[in-house]
Amino acid sequence: MRNDKKITVSERTSAPMLNEQPKNGGINGFFAKEGTQSVLASLVCISAGLIIGFIVMLLISAFAERMSIADAFSGLAILVCGPFSSGSLNYITTNFGDMIFYAAPLILTGLSVAIAFKTGLFNIGAPGQFLMGTAGSLYVALSIDSRESGTGVAVWLLALLVGMICGMVWGAIPGLFKAFFGVNEVIVCIMTNWIAANLVSWFFSEKTNLINTGYGKSGYLITTEMTGNSTPKIGLDKVFSGSYIDSGIFIAAAVAVIIYIVLNKTIFGYELKACGNNRNAARYAGMNEKRNIILSMAIAGCLAALGGAVYYLNPGIEFAFSSAYSKLPDYGFNGIPVALLASNNPVGVIFSGIFLRYLGQGGDNLTSAGFNRYIADIIIALIIYFAGFSKLIRDLINKKRQMSMKKTKAAEDNSGAKKDREA
Amino acid sequence: MTFIIQKTLVYSIPLLIVALAGMFAERSGIINLALEGEMIFGAFIGAVAVYLFQTGNILVEHPQIMYVVAMIIGAAAGAVYSLLLSFSAVKLKADQTIGGTALNMLSPALVNTLALTFFSQEKLVMPLSTNFVLKNEDAGEFLKIFIDKAYISTPIIIILFIVLSVWIYKTRTGMRMRACGEHPQAADSVGINVDKMRYLGTTISGALAGCGGYIYIATTAGGTAESTVAGMGFLALAIMIFGNWKPLGIALGAVMFGFLKCIGAVSSSIDLLKNLGLPMYFYNIIPYFVVLVVLAFTAKKSGCPKAEGIPYDKGMR
Repeated sequence: MRNDKKITVSERTSAPMLNEQPKNGGINGFFAKEGTQSVLASLVCISAGLIIGFIVMLLISAFAERMSIADAFSGLAILVCGPFSSGSLNYITTNFGDMIFYAAPLILTGLSVAIAFKTGLFNIGAPGQFLMGTAGSLYVALSIDSRESGTGVAVWLLALLVGMICGMVWGAIPGLFKAFFGVNEVIVCIMTNWIAANLVSWFFSEKTNLINTGYGKSGYLITTEMTGNSTPKIGLDKVFSGSYIDSGIFIAAAVAVIIYIVLNKTIFGYELKACGNNRNAARYAGMNEKRNIILSMAIAGCLAALGGAVYYLNPGIEFAFSSAYSKLPDYGFNGIPVALLASNNPVGVIFSGIFLRYLGQGGDNLTSAGFNRYIADIIIALIIYFAGFSKLIRDLINKKRQMSMKKTKAAEDNSGAKKDREA
Repeated sequence: MTFIIQKTLVYSIPLLIVALAGMFAERSGIINLALEGEMIFGAFIGAVAVYLFQTGNILVEHPQIMYVVAMIIGAAAGAVYSLLLSFSAVKLKADQTIGGTALNMLSPALVNTLALTFFSQEKLVMPLSTNFVLKNEDAGEFLKIFIDKAYISTPIIIILFIVLSVWIYKTRTGMRMRACGEHPQAADSVGINVDKMRYLGTTISGALAGCGGYIYIATTAGGTAESTVAGMGFLALAIMIFGNWKPLGIALGAVMFGFLKCIGAVSSSIDLLKNLGLPMYFYNIIPYFVVLVVLAFTAKKSGCPKAEGIPYDKGMR
């Protein structure tokens, strides 16, 4: 791909400079790898975000009443420790389990955005696809009562499947519009988001048997716990007692690996990326670029929908259907930063998803230092802002590397010349 | 009739001005995905201004002047906020989609943090003691649309829209700005400072978006500034694409969208629609659906600026 080619070119130009050094060995070779550089760039972004977040906390503690500068330091400590900042061991395991649970849908929506990015499409429609997946899977899981029949796992799988199909259809719409009418996918995604939000609210408002009529509940659906079709917990709830954790994270991780393999090891994945890099060249090479656009969006929709399904099939999570039409789910939009932080690498998405939740969990614990949890959101936004400069940072690393290489070479030459003179 | 036109305008005006904001940035070559964030930020700062005016007893006798001043402050806040985007996109040549996404995330977080720190809740409700609605019951039928039971922002924004549209098409600076969105290398070769033009375009964009955000919360959202403007920024972006990056198309799109929204809002008071017995969700869907259908038939010829989203690189000449 385009990036790979760039590396080979730079390797070729730098190879004579390296002379006796093996091409990929040594510390310089380590820093020459694209993966290392992405990780390094991400680390720089994260540190910069944390530093500015700390400055924000300093400012707040200076201006707000009843707060001292010391609060800013404890606030930073809490953020950096994430789920581990929650006091006793019991709380820590609960917090950690919650972090894993909330990370799973994030990873899936992140993958959804990432695969669309790889095909040169901006999938801002993840919230709508997420909602369609939620609706499809919840409708199946809540309509069938399997507490007595014991078919919980089968219904659960069916629910996942139906949710994915709903999202796939919904995601394909922007793809179809883009491929056949030439409509910018961003605008179609925005429109379909709000259509989905209203459809979902409308659909469930008429399914009165699925609405939770319990005391003090209004606008919520019943949970999968009440029908016995929830995501299996495979004993994780024993380890992380009191948390929401279920096996969703394994689904997310497995899907990420599958997407990685499809993108990097199959012809289909190659075609997707080729369409993203240069649509005209891909068509010239005989690839069906329209089909690839539609398929890419359909897969993206499928992944975001799976995120919704995994999130809401948990026994403890309730779906507030009556307010769905007025606010799009954050999980959909938060897939964008997850994908960006991972530079759209499917395996990287696993780590960036967990990392963003790690910070979020720290943010939730911030109240103990007198701050509100939105400080974590500020820091995440700043990290993404700096992630935009990652190419700049990578260039800087490369420059440094080449400078140091030149220096060592010059030093070697000097010493060599000296030796010659001495001889 | 007057009522429906007024209601349509109330919905259309924020969309109109924010879509124009998007156009200004994109015509200069910067994709301003951060419209939503700029709206939220401008709205909040505008609301803070109103709050300070009222607690400080400034301009309370002249609510209209206070409203306009808050509008200008909101615009200034949006402009300052947009500098974050133009700095990363122009100076550091960063990816504009990433920058815009980051700013869209940053401003709700900032607003929530500031509101919680200084007002102890996640929103700031502008006190209703000051009524911004104009009252001129004895005006003529046509004038009534703009000055009776209406907001002063409506005529101001319409005039501003026309002035800015003429400006970007007819003046030297406006044409130079558009050139930077179409072919910055050519523009640079005749001595136009591309970076400066792009800074200018994004800053105007931010100011308009901030102003639009304030108008949105002051008119449709009941004076509540919080961490969301209900997707109006993205909607405006869609209206801009719908309008093919041209003022006339944007005006058409915004008014059409406002009208469809207005039909949904008044559906319960019109007997004909009431008898159909359709839920409000149906009317909520219509505007989005209509935009999609219209786009499917009209989108083939796109007026998208050629160089938008591509950082300017002198070496590419």
